[in-house]
Amino acid sequence: MLKITNIKKTFHPGTVNEKLALNDVSLTVEDGDFATIIGSNGAGKSTLFNSIAGSFFVDEGSIELDGRDITYVPEYLRAVQIGRLFQDPMKGTAPHMTIEENLALAYLRVAKGRGNIFSRISQKQKNIFRERLAQLDMGLEDRMNQPVGLLSGGQRQALTLQMATLFPPKILLLDEHTAALDPATADKVLELTKRIVRENHLSCLMITHNMHSALELGNRTLMMDAGKIVLDIAGEERKGLTVDGLLEKFNAGAGKELDNDRILFSK
Amino acid sequence: MSSFISLSVITSAMELGVIYSLVALALFLSFSILNIADLSTDGCFTLGCAVGVQVALLGHPVLALFASMAAGVCSGFVMSFLQTKLGVESILAGIIVNTGLYTINLAVMGFSSNVTLLRAETIFSMTKGIFGTTWYKLITASIVVVAACLLMIWFMGTRLGLSIRATGDNADMVRASSINPSFTITVGLCVSGALTALSGCLIGQYQKTCDINLGTGMVTIALASLIIGETLIGKKTMVRRVFGVIFGSCLYRFLVALALKMNIPAECLKLVSAVIVAIAIASPMIRKKIAFQKKKRAALSARKRG
Repeated sequence: MLKITNIKKTFHPGTVNEKLALNDVSLTVEDGDFATIIGSNGAGKSTLFNSIAGSFFVDEGSIELDGRDITYVPEYLRAVQIGRLFQDPMKGTAPHMTIEENLALAYLRVAKGRGNIFSRISQKQKNIFRERLAQLDMGLEDRMNQPVGLLSGGQRQALTLQMATLFPPKILLLDEHTAALDPATADKVLELTKRIVRENHLSCLMITHNMHSALELGNRTLMMDAGKIVLDIAGEERKGLTVDGLLEKFNAGAGKELDNDRILFSK
Repeated sequence: MSSFISLSVITSAMELGVIYSLVALALFLSFSILNIADLSTDGCFTLGCAVGVQVALLGHPVLALFASMAAGVCSGFVMSFLQTKLGVESILAGIIVNTGLYTINLAVMGFSSNVTLLRAETIFSMTKGIFGTTWYKLITASIVVVAACLLMIWFMGTRLGLSIRATGDNADMVRASSINPSFTITVGLCVSGALTALSGCLIGQYQKTCDINLGTGMVTIALASLIIGETLIGKKTMVRRVFGVIFGSCLYRFLVALALKMNIPAECLKLVSAVIVAIAIASPMIRKKIAFQKKKRAALSARKRG
């Protein structure tokens, strides 16, 4: 369970560029929750993810993961329990290392015996990797010794997804992870995401600019505006909702019209 | 021809190539893998030599190897501390450490700019009886270097090694994947410092002397070896990359030996090395440009004809 309590974050305080990116945000994500997040440009969606992952420390408030206070835990230590995908497929993998080495890195960082920095990858683990790659249905299992830099964006993103969930994380953060892919590949990666989340019963937060995905995927939808969560719908209320209905609700919640072109175009 | 390149020229070039290849291996780790230009290499090399010669003078030539490696680790640690904990730019950190090391090296050498090892035992004189009088230096140096290479290849496959490689390859990924980049950079630079200093120690025992200016230009020479190796042997597997470094270092020494044979005065050696480095680094770009010009000319002449 992820519990965020009254977090605030201001960028460039005391300058003309001062921006209150998160304004008193509280959010509880139950185990097995899959929440989609939409919002205007600069609403604070990515900032929210960055605070959860620990890319920076928040100014106020607290963040708890599974009952443990992680507010001041550095990013690399949180990452053991948090899986994260970025919009840019290049961000999640090391291009000059082979597929196998990338997976090994993801595996060895969480596997038991983490204390042993000299542990190596065994044949048995290689077989596990091969199996996981075969699940992607992209033929990557036969290219394990090729550098990741040779893969396409969609393949890299699928690989990153497998790496992030090789051991089920306590929470998975997806920051528009299909936005940079072509429509067909994006669908494939999205299907894969759904399956992996379902099979592992992961708690998941997913930022998207696609209103349909926002309503279709998961069991909960959050809308953000000006550093606040202005809308949080789940259950029956969400089931009957259309894209237009969602937009109306947003306008009522934020007191203004949604100004994200990409969201509006994807309507 | 046989008098032009004699056996002794070949062996001494090989010996130097093998010994200096450790510095290239150090730069392989810091420059190729971690993507950090470590300008403290010059000072660190001299430090290894000074420590090695001093310990050998006390009658412990084998212990000298480990002592100089320990000194190299310290140098690497200071460098990484400046960089990861105090936010000093890596190039500046290298320059700062290099400057500081000059005084430290003088201190290690008892504030004289030159120390000689004339009658003391070295690891080379120890093995002279075992390996025969022609090849003993080469064999001894090769054993040390091959051991270092095998260790390096093994290390690069461990969790820590993979983490170090990822640190230089994709900083974003590393930050999001439970690797502490400060830690991996520190380990990488310490290992790299140890290798540089070990090379210095071997050179000190090989030449039986240590000079305060011994390390000047070492970065350039090692970089040349590294790039020659990567260009000619390729970067496909870790084994090829590591042994390519040694090959590059030996080839570089041959080129220098050739230059000397062609009566280029020894004072010009640094300029010769700089030119070799520049050509080696620029060669991929030059090749690309030539290929493009050829293509362009072919396309233009085809258009004229058509």
